Amino acid sequence: MILDAHIPEGPIAEKWDNHKFSMKLVAPHNRRRFDVIVVGSGLAGAAAAATLGELGYNVKCFTYHDSPRRAHSIAAQGGINAAKNYKADGDSVHRLFYDTIKGGDYRAREGNVYRLAQLSVDIIDQCTAQGVPFAREYGGLLDNRSFGGAQVSRTFYARGQTGQQLLLGAYSALMRQVDAGTVELHPRSELLDVVEVDGQIAGIVTRHLHTGEVNSWSAHAVVLATGGYGNVFYLSTNAKASNATAIWRAHRKGALFANPCYTQIHPTCIPASDEFQSKLTLMSESLRNDGRVWVPQKMDDTRSPDQIPEAERDYFLERRYPAFGNLVPRDVASRALKTEVDAGRGVGPLKNGVYLDFAAAIGRLGKATIEERYGNLIEMYERITDEDPYKVPMRIYPAVHYTMGGLWVDYNLQTTIPGLFAGGEANFSDHGANRLGASALMQGLADGYFVLPATVGNYLADKLAQAPVPTNHPAFQAAEADVRDRVHKFLSTGGTKPVDHFHRELGKIMWDNCGMARSTATLEKALSEIPALRSEFEKDVRVLGSGETLNQSLEKVGRVADFFELAELMCKDALHREESCGGHFRVEHQTEDGEAQRDDDNFAYVGAWQFTGDTANPALHKEPLEFENVHLAQRSYK
Amino acid sequence: MDLTLKVWRQDGPGAPGSMETHDVRDISPDMSFLEMLDIVNDRLVVEGKEPIAFEHDCREGICGSCGMMINGQAHGPQLGTATCQLHMRKFNDGDTIVVEPWRATAFPVVRDLVVNRSALDAIIAAGGYISAPTGSAPDANLTLIPKPVADMAMDAAACIGCGACVAACPNSAAQLFTAAKVAHLNALPQGQPERWTRTERMVEEMERWFGSCTNHGECHEACPKEISLDFIAYMNRDYRKAKVKNRGLVSQTG
Repeated sequence: MILDAHIPEGPIAEKWDNHKFSMKLVAPHNRRRFDVIVVGSGLAGAAAAATLGELGYNVKCFTYHDSPRRAHSIAAQGGINAAKNYKADGDSVHRLFYDTIKGGDYRAREGNVYRLAQLSVDIIDQCTAQGVPFAREYGGLLDNRSFGGAQVSRTFYARGQTGQQLLLGAYSALMRQVDAGTVELHPRSELLDVVEVDGQIAGIVTRHLHTGEVNSWSAHAVVLATGGYGNVFYLSTNAKASNATAIWRAHRKGALFANPCYTQIHPTCIPASDEFQSKLTLMSESLRNDGRVWVPQKMDDTRSPDQIPEAERDYFLERRYPAFGNLVPRDVASRALKTEVDAGRGVGPLKNGVYLDFAAAIGRLGKATIEERYGNLIEMYERITDEDPYKVPMRIYPAVHYTMGGLWVDYNLQTTIPGLFAGGEANFSDHGANRLGASALMQGLADGYFVLPATVGNYLADKLAQAPVPTNHPAFQAAEADVRDRVHKFLSTGGTKPVDHFHRELGKIMWDNCGMARSTATLEKALSEIPALRSEFEKDVRVLGSGETLNQSLEKVGRVADFFELAELMCKDALHREESCGGHFRVEHQTEDGEAQRDDDNFAYVGAWQFTGDTANPALHKEPLEFENVHLAQRSYK
Repeated sequence: MDLTLKVWRQDGPGAPGSMETHDVRDISPDMSFLEMLDIVNDRLVVEGKEPIAFEHDCREGICGSCGMMINGQAHGPQLGTATCQLHMRKFNDGDTIVVEPWRATAFPVVRDLVVNRSALDAIIAAGGYISAPTGSAPDANLTLIPKPVADMAMDAAACIGCGACVAACPNSAAQLFTAAKVAHLNALPQGQPERWTRTERMVEEMERWFGSCTNHGECHEACPKEISLDFIAYMNRDYRKAKVKNRGLVSQTG
């Protein structure tokens, strides 16, 4: 299979404009003749559904939540990047493009990333017009702060809840279209299969989570905006219900899955406190603007932090990376933290954290300023740990946060199934091997508001006289029967252990062997343990109750079954990529000072996997990455 | 910690429900309330009993999914805290804890502790937005917004839509939820063109579903984001103005 990314010709700064002109249009009076399904209602999904509805298409938006406003975009804290250069500190579209390519360790496509940087500017305008209450300066202008991997201030924010405010903006735009009758909302409906007919997308099959009803929905085009798969690790900063089922079902039906091993481990999360921990809580990267990361120089130092004099502290990020200091990118910071904790300098009761200290900033700016900037984060920390960060430093440790891999898409965000598109975290397109902070919100909204509405229209323009495939087509009937069989199989397994038991065990395998540091030995170990655990899961899982009522164990078991298959693919991908890049760190491939060592001669490509029916033997296809506008270099933040 | 848990069980909408009692042993005070329920559920499954259905997702107090009456208080005893952020250290060894779903006619029980809150979405659909078609926006810094105004809008916009205000209200009124969105949008310059129609439509949609406000203030006490009662006064003022301004020719004079 030749993977053609369909990158438009021409100089990089003109590609998107040229492409917009060359794409076909659907006239306003014809748009209502097309049905479009959007699955997911986070930033990418809600923005795409609202904009497609506003353009005049017949849109159906599906979410498994009770309301579109619950999607996990809501939990993003720190901010959203945009190359506005309002601070006149040297920012530009080209610099945001460059920072993102470099931050992604040269494993993203130039064309897509440049477009993202261009659109970032329009996103801020759009969201402000919707009433998103971004932080302001006293003169009434928008305020900015800095994020990791950048030496400019380009991050717009709404206190520590930027994702919430951006999602509520997109949600209100979506509800405006629901009110106008252009978008039909289907809450509590979970996608359990996608349907393809004659090599094109035909629609989806869903299960209603309250009634168990299985339904088919047909459309001319389907957009998956269903988020990432970090919950493969069980413990992550993702919401509990975040899952990979939609993209995994699409993958099983023929959509290639790109770079599954690229996982982002976020450096600043609250360390785990016990084995019953159900999730990990992120402390925004923005805290590193004013917080200083340190450990005691002495190993196993049990003194309380205020008893450790300055001379006996090691501000290791500032020491190792003087140019970027505490604001090095996430992958670099996470590895540096792990190095300190592994060396026995960890702090806290389980010695599994490092300090993030605001004392210097409080001394310089006053408590009131710190409270205004981070008040809600500091309160959240206090609720969880019962410690007051205004008095004692926070304790932090890395945790799984985001997945850069996802469905393979071309420049139009179309998967390898014609008519099936993927946006936001569900696709792989823009972040390479490591995502920079405040770029997920940017990408979700760029895809949803600006890219998908144009490229979906271009796809539909050719289909004017065609009716969608009817839902009584045998392909829909077969998919429905599969879904019912799966539900029946889970309910009749009759095992002894709850779903979470297996999910937790799978997570442990993945974290220990395919987490922050990976090697041939650990990955091979995982590849032998995962299938063994999976066969135990298939025999011994216990799901009680019926398929005709709200049954949360039943929802969970299907998602965990898909995580098992995906976990295997992640390990395969990590094993085949014999280099370190961004979040993918193979211990065999590191520089003398412990940084990631890329191998551009052999691995400057996107690894896109095809489902073959046998999870142990997926087929690899390669899309070479070409760099014409940035010079490949060893990433340095020193 | 050892606890006695009394929890509402109901098989489905319209089905009869009842309180069920569980002895819950060996709970760590560092667990969150929902992690305690996770453990109860895993133990129930092992015993062959169906787990307790409850709503939850982000477990960071921002998605608004979770919510239950804990000892008669919406989201439990800790002020300004959603159920998922409540920790067991706020309870004592040997306590009896009573857990029920939100109780309001507009929030029918779906199962156990899960209720249907779609009426809140209906209020937002009735004008809880600023009409800003994608791609038509001017540069964001063209509209100057005084910092205190932006801060006030943010205070109101912090609402997570959990429905605790309704559950805590003796009248099951949704004034605090509605007022938070009305005040957020009406305070901003971008929100002015639709200000009066928005206010009238949202208030009237709210009244189709929910009870009337009699200024008890329980909503504010229960709100995990501590949304201020002042916003209700703001909404009431705007509603009265809207009723005048939206009347025919009067609106033409500004």
